[in-house]
Amino acid sequence: MIPGAFEYVRPGTVEEAVAALVEHGDDAKLIAGGHSLLPLMKLRLAMPAVLVDISRIPDLSYVRVEGDEVAIGAGTRHFELEKDDVARAEVPILPYAASQVGDPQVRHRGTLGGTVAHSDPASDLPTALLALGGSVVVQGPGGRRSIPMTEFWLGFYETALAEDEVVVEVRVPRTGSAGWAYEKFTRRANDWPIVAVAAVEGRVALANMAGAVVRATATEEALARGASIAEAAGLADEGTSPSSDMHADPEYRRHLARLLTRRALEKASGAGAAAA
Amino acid sequence: MSILGTRVVRTEDPLFLTRGATYTDDLVDDRLTGALHVTFVRSQVAHGRLLSVDTSAAREAPGVVAVYTAEDCADLAPIPAGLPMVPPAMQRPWLAQGKVRFVGDIVAVVLTEERYQGEDAAELVSVDIDPLPAVVTTADAAAGEVLLFEDAGTNVMATFGEPAPADFFSGCEVVVEQRMVNQRVAPVPLETRAAAAAWGDDGRVTIWCTNQGAQQAKGEIAGWLGMDPARVHLITPDVGGGFGAKIGADPEYAFTAWLAQRAGRPVRWTENRSENLVGMLHGRGQDQTVRIGGRRDGTIEAYSIAVDQDGGAYPRVGIILPTLTMLMAAATYAFPKVHAHGRALATNTTSIGAYRGAGRPEATAAVERAIDLFAAEIGMDPAEVRRKNLVPSFSEPHTTPSGATYDSGEYTAALEKALEAAGYDELRAEQARRRERGEARQLGIGLSTYVEITGADTGLGSAESAELEVHADGTATVLTGTSPHGQGHATAWAMLASDQTGIPVEKITVLHGDTDRIPRGGGTMGSRSLQQGGAAVHQAAVELVALAKQRAAERLEVDAADLELDLAGAGLAVRGTPGAGVTLAELAADEPLLVQTRFEAAAPTFPFGAHVAVVEVDVESGKAELQRLVAVDDAGTIVNPLLAEGQRHGGYAQGVAQALLEEVLYDADGNPQTSTLADYPFVSATELPSFELVDMATPTPINPLGAKGIGEAGTIGSTPAVHNAVIDAVAHLGVRHIDMPTTPMKVWRAIQQAQQGGSNA
Repeated sequence: MIPGAFEYVRPGTVEEAVAALVEHGDDAKLIAGGHSLLPLMKLRLAMPAVLVDISRIPDLSYVRVEGDEVAIGAGTRHFELEKDDVARAEVPILPYAASQVGDPQVRHRGTLGGTVAHSDPASDLPTALLALGGSVVVQGPGGRRSIPMTEFWLGFYETALAEDEVVVEVRVPRTGSAGWAYEKFTRRANDWPIVAVAAVEGRVALANMAGAVVRATATEEALARGASIAEAAGLADEGTSPSSDMHADPEYRRHLARLLTRRALEKASGAGAAAA
Repeated sequence: MSILGTRVVRTEDPLFLTRGATYTDDLVDDRLTGALHVTFVRSQVAHGRLLSVDTSAAREAPGVVAVYTAEDCADLAPIPAGLPMVPPAMQRPWLAQGKVRFVGDIVAVVLTEERYQGEDAAELVSVDIDPLPAVVTTADAAAGEVLLFEDAGTNVMATFGEPAPADFFSGCEVVVEQRMVNQRVAPVPLETRAAAAAWGDDGRVTIWCTNQGAQQAKGEIAGWLGMDPARVHLITPDVGGGFGAKIGADPEYAFTAWLAQRAGRPVRWTENRSENLVGMLHGRGQDQTVRIGGRRDGTIEAYSIAVDQDGGAYPRVGIILPTLTMLMAAATYAFPKVHAHGRALATNTTSIGAYRGAGRPEATAAVERAIDLFAAEIGMDPAEVRRKNLVPSFSEPHTTPSGATYDSGEYTAALEKALEAAGYDELRAEQARRRERGEARQLGIGLSTYVEITGADTGLGSAESAELEVHADGTATVLTGTSPHGQGHATAWAMLASDQTGIPVEKITVLHGDTDRIPRGGGTMGSRSLQQGGAAVHQAAVELVALAKQRAAERLEVDAADLELDLAGAGLAVRGTPGAGVTLAELAADEPLLVQTRFEAAAPTFPFGAHVAVVEVDVESGKAELQRLVAVDDAGTIVNPLLAEGQRHGGYAQGVAQALLEEVLYDADGNPQTSTLADYPFVSATELPSFELVDMATPTPINPLGAKGIGEAGTIGSTPAVHNAVIDAVAHLGVRHIDMPTTPMKVWRAIQQAQQGGSNA
């Protein structure tokens, strides 16, 4: 439970962070809140040679409306997102999903950019973000680029982020009073979801049903063509590849995906007054 | 008014909650200056031939002082199998030799200047193991195709009794049989295991370690190392929980003494959580087969239980758990015929030890499920079946067919109190409404009644020592042979001394856990401490007052009969002569005022109670949530209700966790699946309701306090109540039994199978 040896650098700007990544290549790992990376390091499942600590880079923590979108700084901690008035008014599913992450310690340390970049298929905020759509803004040596949410998470701990890029912002459409729901199934309150379903404006995303968070496309298509909630929800596990662990085998995960999708869609359709 | 029975706030807590206690890992002691850090290299393979251990790279790593393997400790005799019934070949080498037998078996040990260097160096030890098929379950072990100890010729560690005769249930109208799992759980004390050792110039070793009884730990360590016990000084610092898994010593503790001698420097060791979850003893781990038979009017005529106890890789306390399960098989019931037998089996897993209740929760879980199965079979309310079969109220000793002699019991009263407090009839009505409407969230109501044995003589006797000394400044010191690790002895023992002497609680210091100062002690386990250690303190205080009376009579030149205790002044007063008298402090100024005594309990005691659990089960997902736990726990006279309630709360939490959540899992190759707290579903407050405690106190005649044990009752009563409640919630869907823990997937699958017309059990 003691990490292997590593070098530690603490850049003052995103540009310096990118420079550190360029310099150290895949020996380097970014750290912000540390609540995904540090446990892996303590178990020696991750042994980065260089830690680039971006947690003190200024101006990475914000939630603001920009046109039709809400822009959220990558350094925004889950707790800040949970309590943010703008987020609650404009994209209420996000503060609610933030409130469901881990325990208070995790929510006070963990950052939105961190959970986005980590790409754990069983994570709350990426599931909600994927249902919202929008984009992830990243910065590399050549400047900033925007990656659509649907193209960002590629697999288990695998994203579209290049080795020398830093997640700097997340942009999601303002959903305002539109119906939404986030249904998370756990055995204990502070666990990762066994399965979770985020639903907003006819879009549905699933946690822990594949190598990465995924959209329930068959359900979305059914809804688009006017199918009933029950019928659409019955398709939620189509195209997924759930894994087996001590909590759930694939059959049970598929069942949960369909059940939670039905419940999420029912809640989301309930005049906008949702799970929270 | 006596201070006993009042809610004195724990005197130890200001320190625990502010500066923090001094646990073994926190020790700052001159004798440990320059201590080396111990890191154990453990097998990552459950079962295999140990071909080679290459330490050459590790020896070159920064900070490494020494690396030892089995070859280096040839002077150490293996740890013996222990109990006489265990095949002697089932001994444990200090470092694995020839074979490894579980993931966690120690293959090498690294000594480093700094702790972090140990983890780095341990990774460089190259261990070559040729894997063998792993024996993971008791069924694997019983099959005997693969043996852990070839020289033993068997995987059976111990056998207790014979199977029931074939005609045991003949004449019964209804006989129900069920195989059930009382699953393996991890004790998870907040403080993991830790030890330190330093040799003095006098040829004695001082060992500090976290445990539940310094004297027992010392005896065990000296025995394993083949040392004269007089050369071992064992100190138990503050201890952060044990739950039975810290009874006695662990080989790692003894090893620190050998390592310190070999290295010529003090050493210290603290395990991390992942090491704790594979290295520390686990609890429970029984596969049970119960049969229950009787008449359709609800009268039960015969009950039998067969226990296959998982012993783990090396025999520890766990192998005798079946004897406690068997002793308590008859439980609270007046069954005319009871049969119990069992055995313990070796598997390629972590060894099993005692865990909060140790054999008794397993007995209660089995019989309480059996009662519910019988009730379901004959279509009778489970409360009614219990009423018909409980042992009627008794105040004279009652001996059961399984051989236990209960001291006093009011089982029906306990059950009725619990049912009334829970509002049982309304709960059943609400359940019927939800079933009628086919709601997704169904209600389950589960009952348990229990009786357990506390203060049992487990081979160390049922006596406890106490010393009480009053000092000239008006303070007092209590030395106890019990070993608090969270229970609150400092408060309760001070209350007992204060009650007799009048010395205020805050002026009384309670010390424990130093074998040089307190050579005799039985430790804290089996819910014995208050009824034996507390009774000893009470006895010491009574004797001290008698001694003080003699001295005061001499000093005041009055007849001792004319002296009376002045509790308000903590002294002795001359009857009828206001102002004449002497305080205990003044007497102590003349010459030491000190009493050493030993209380010998005539017998164990048998606390009892009844629990009602209410759960909601989401029948679409299978998830069960505990809504209420109503608990009647009768532990005789209560010295401090605050402490007793604390014991009950903690016990419920662990008991509920066993019913709903916790299980140590291995894969088919014997690899642990739950070796972090992300994977092991340790219960938290979020999963628990506010408990509803109902008081009941039937004093025992066994000790002057009238107290029975309360430390383990919570787990014993709550687990079956919650377990029964979950099954009750889905019984109308055709579900008959679900093994613990009742995980969402298991509950969901049981419903699926029942709905498809199959039997789920």
